Amino acid sequence: MAATTTRPERLLSGSEAEAELARKFLHFMFLMREVEDRLERKLYRQGKILGGVYVGRGQEAIPVGAGLQTDPDDVLFPSHRDLALYFIRGVQLREVFAQYMGRVDGPTRGRDANMHMGDMKRKLVSIISAMAASVPVSAGAALGLKYKGSRNIVFVFFGDGATSRGDWHEGVNLAAVQKVPLVLVCNNNQYAYSTPLSKQMACENVADRAPGYGIPAEIADGNDVFAVYEAVGRAAAHARAGSGPYLVECKTFRMTGHSAHDPADYVPKHLWAEWAARDPILRLETLMLDRGWSDRKAIDDLYNGLRREVDEAIEWAENSPYPDPADVLANVYETPQPPR
Amino acid sequence: MATLTYLEAIRQGIWEEMERDPNVFLIGEDLGVYGGAFKVTAGMLEHFGEKRVVDTPICESAIVGAAIGAGLVGLRPVAEMQFADFITCGYDQIVNFAAKCRYRWGAAVPIVIRAPSGGGIHGGPFHSQNPEAWFVHTPGLKVITPATAYDAKGLIKAAIRDNDPCVFFEHKALYRRIKEDIPDGEYTVPIGKARVFREGRDLSIITYGAMVYVAQEAAEVLEKEGISVEIVDLRTLLPIDEETILESVRRTSKAILLHEDVLTGGIGGELAARITEKAFEYLDGPVLRIAAPDTPVPYSPPLEEAFLPNAEKVIAKARWLCQY
Repeated sequence: MAATTTRPERLLSGSEAEAELARKFLHFMFLMREVEDRLERKLYRQGKILGGVYVGRGQEAIPVGAGLQTDPDDVLFPSHRDLALYFIRGVQLREVFAQYMGRVDGPTRGRDANMHMGDMKRKLVSIISAMAASVPVSAGAALGLKYKGSRNIVFVFFGDGATSRGDWHEGVNLAAVQKVPLVLVCNNNQYAYSTPLSKQMACENVADRAPGYGIPAEIADGNDVFAVYEAVGRAAAHARAGSGPYLVECKTFRMTGHSAHDPADYVPKHLWAEWAARDPILRLETLMLDRGWSDRKAIDDLYNGLRREVDEAIEWAENSPYPDPADVLANVYETPQPPR
Repeated sequence: MATLTYLEAIRQGIWEEMERDPNVFLIGEDLGVYGGAFKVTAGMLEHFGEKRVVDTPICESAIVGAAIGAGLVGLRPVAEMQFADFITCGYDQIVNFAAKCRYRWGAAVPIVIRAPSGGGIHGGPFHSQNPEAWFVHTPGLKVITPATAYDAKGLIKAAIRDNDPCVFFEHKALYRRIKEDIPDGEYTVPIGKARVFREGRDLSIITYGAMVYVAQEAAEVLEKEGISVEIVDLRTLLPIDEETILESVRRTSKAILLHEDVLTGGIGGELAARITEKAFEYLDGPVLRIAAPDTPVPYSPPLEEAFLPNAEKVIAKARWLCQY
């Protein structure tokens, strides 16, 4: 069984297809950054979002690189730091803001908060708050696709902290034994809330866990979107070929607190500076400019256009109504229950 | 018409649903080659093959989780807990994932979790529990507790066809003890409907599962003393059939809630509250509960006998209530 490997530095061919892919990456990565900046640093602080806000600042390359390897009928299980996956699947900006503001036009119609969004029509499964609970469920979805003879596969996303939970291990083990088409994408952002990786696990890498389950794994630079894209591409090919689960550990850093209320002063200051220098959006911009895949003006135009879309979406969401309190009893069951 | 045990009736119900719908499949520990710890799924691997009878590692949380995932992509999994006692290992998946999907984001989770429960088999603290009340406290789930072979078959079929997550408690002491004539044709029993198991005039005993037979044994003795006992078999605990309960109590004006689950926090307390809220003017005596004491289920025969509600305990309380 394949041992944990770190792939050598990529060699980009410089083709137009690559340039096009880079522009697509930048679109979704910047969009995620901009939306989450507004959520965490504007709307939350303005009191317009009452519940929690959990963002993936600095981790955007992971959902974008992985998400663009998915087929529209593959089933995705995003973690709470993978907002870009929703945009890749066609969830509208205004729906996301309405969700955070508890409005009726959010995907959960005010029933749940923040990143707890799902829609089976878009093959997006909503997380629950207990970390790693999605992993056995994703194994079952993959088992289901295999059962139905589908060529589609399942992608499940989680953080390093989630791999401490029993559900992760039970889910990965079952997926491995049943050889189901499952791609496991770990965003190893070094912290689980305030707990550093060294207190989360005694092995060096999350990928080190894979050989114990008899599945291949590799480590990718989670701040290099091309590296994520390529690693997840290999994982997806493995799963699509019927060879079973494959784990990709994306090394990254959570460039904010666990949640909007958390100043994260437990993080040593030098780490912020070190990881800021590896910001995935800046790196992609630099690559694109160096290769002549874009120019400053085109990038600024992209950003300004997306900012305007975000402005409009926020305005729309703020004008969206709250849910009707009379709706509180609906949808507990398929058939409505009589009130008590 | 064939005579089937409670266990065989469940097997036949699952079997028929698997024949009817190719999306129905089984997932759990030792279901296939071994046929399940209690042999409920015996013969299914040979008939339906490995794809539809999935033997898993020991991983209750992943069994439930995988059933949820398969349910989300359109299948109808029937998951087995080897003993209801081990359902705790899958508790988060059941109460936080399965039960809340529809309410939170509109996703149907059409799964059945079968859980062999109950004492009277000298199983000790970890092979005898009645954990149904934990799930009755979770909106979004359906909790099913058949007492008869007819109902066990009809309800497992209804649960498999239901689009909400169902926890199906099979009482182990009934598996081979109860035998009934089961009609040959196709039938289901509706989830959420109680039935009057025995008609009577003086006192209602509201119960479910193996305790239906304890109530029946007591009723036969009391009948000779001139006390006419009505037995309501709840069949489903969530959603609860309040109407049938209230209708019975309004006629008899006396109520005993009987369950094998422990007293505190059991379904009896909830039903006693509903009866007093909604049928207070009809009552002619306090609403009584008979349940197991608030202890773990003990192993040694004299201890387990002392623990389990039995006909003598029911008869004593019924006599007292009738003289009230």
